[in-house]
Amino acid sequence: MSALTESDVTHDPAVIGAADRVVFPGVGAIRDCMAEIKRLRCDQLLKSALADGHKPVLAICVGMQALLSRSEENGGVETLGIIPGDVRFFGQDLKDPEGNRLKVPHMGWNEVSQKVKHPLWADIEDRARFYFVHSYWASPVSEEVVAGTFDYGLEGCAALAKDNLFGVQFHPEKSHRAGLQLLHNFLMWNGTC
Amino acid sequence: MTAGRSLMPLAKRIIPCLDVDRGRVVKGVNFVGIRDAGDPVEIARRYNEEGADELTFLDITASHEDRDTTAHTVEKIAREVFIPLTVGGGVREVSDIRTLLNAGADKVSINTTAIHNPDLVRQAAERFGSQCIVVAMDVKRVESAETMPRYELFTHGGRKPTGIEAVAWAQKMAALGAGEILLTSMDRDGTRDGFELVVTRAIADAVDIPLIASGGVGSLAHLAAGILEGGADAVLAASIFHFGEFTIPEAKSYLADQGIEVRI
Repeated sequence: MSALTESDVTHDPAVIGAADRVVFPGVGAIRDCMAEIKRLRCDQLLKSALADGHKPVLAICVGMQALLSRSEENGGVETLGIIPGDVRFFGQDLKDPEGNRLKVPHMGWNEVSQKVKHPLWADIEDRARFYFVHSYWASPVSEEVVAGTFDYGLEGCAALAKDNLFGVQFHPEKSHRAGLQLLHNFLMWNGTC
Repeated sequence: MTAGRSLMPLAKRIIPCLDVDRGRVVKGVNFVGIRDAGDPVEIARRYNEEGADELTFLDITASHEDRDTTAHTVEKIAREVFIPLTVGGGVREVSDIRTLLNAGADKVSINTTAIHNPDLVRQAAERFGSQCIVVAMDVKRVESAETMPRYELFTHGGRKPTGIEAVAWAQKMAALGAGEILLTSMDRDGTRDGFELVVTRAIADAVDIPLIASGGVGSLAHLAAGILEGGADAVLAASIFHFGEFTIPEAKSYLADQGIEVRI
């Protein structure tokens, strides 16, 4: 693994501005997340990191969901609008193709089908399992940004990629070997596809 | 769908459970190759390497003051273990949940406090999201002359009845925002007779959120029964793994042979 890596948990614009790469993680419900993101001006920081054009940015779970335009969670919340699209609830009557009921949250180890070649998928098998835990799923307007999908009563966006941004719905930090490989790949990534 | 592909790719989870008192694992762990069987970090690391899908860490520390140790232990585990970690025991307030999540827990389980203050479940789910709020239920079968036998919630390690019916309680918790139910049969816990499948099935069918079955596992067949007959989404066990009777890969390959989707 890499010989790097110093990391800071921060919302300090100077530290984020000077960072080689940025992780935008998230756990929680979207309304409180967005409120904190705005209060700490992380929306501006994130947008300038992305505008930089080559600084690699990795968004995780609610961090990825916050990039879209709007979420159905907490009665509907406007989100960052960096990736046009909605974040939707799985619904209470989710079923598999045989009509068996599926539980929500989508919680556990599911397969991720890789839709594009990307440096962050390096040395990770197609349909490797990653750990998911979410009740809402991202539905970007453009299929071109979808880098990976999961299958859970519907085909949802497991990963999205655009320029120097990579977003994942699953938790790489909790996905054992495949997850650690993805984080390693992120540390090696130069921000281009 | 292509031929041979499972229709249900989400794997059933196998979860070893550690009971921890003041930062030390109790109910002994007897692994070959473990230097310090009381060190939760070393044991957690071992299960992580073996391919456990998740870990549950139950804090049974009696005094509130010693709970700082728990957050500290969770921090150490989270630094080295890259699978989900559920922490429970003694959670009373929203601030307790925040402390544990900040320490690195992925999910926090609420047990007795949910009974005294169900609104904590709602507040916690609203604040942190349902995905990290687990409600733990300790149930026992109750027979009486007036009613049909039913399952009720107990507290204090199964000694104190609450009169609350288990299935309706699970539904109430799900409605308040719980993201998962951890169901332990106090009749079976420690017996090695297998899960209490009747109540497991009843609750699995009654709620839309995932269910972890717990209490009574003595064999790999019990794990399979919890999933196939009990309808559980995950199975939790302690002693069969702690004493090295079965490894996680052995359990998974057994379940796979029964046609159960597992992460190998």
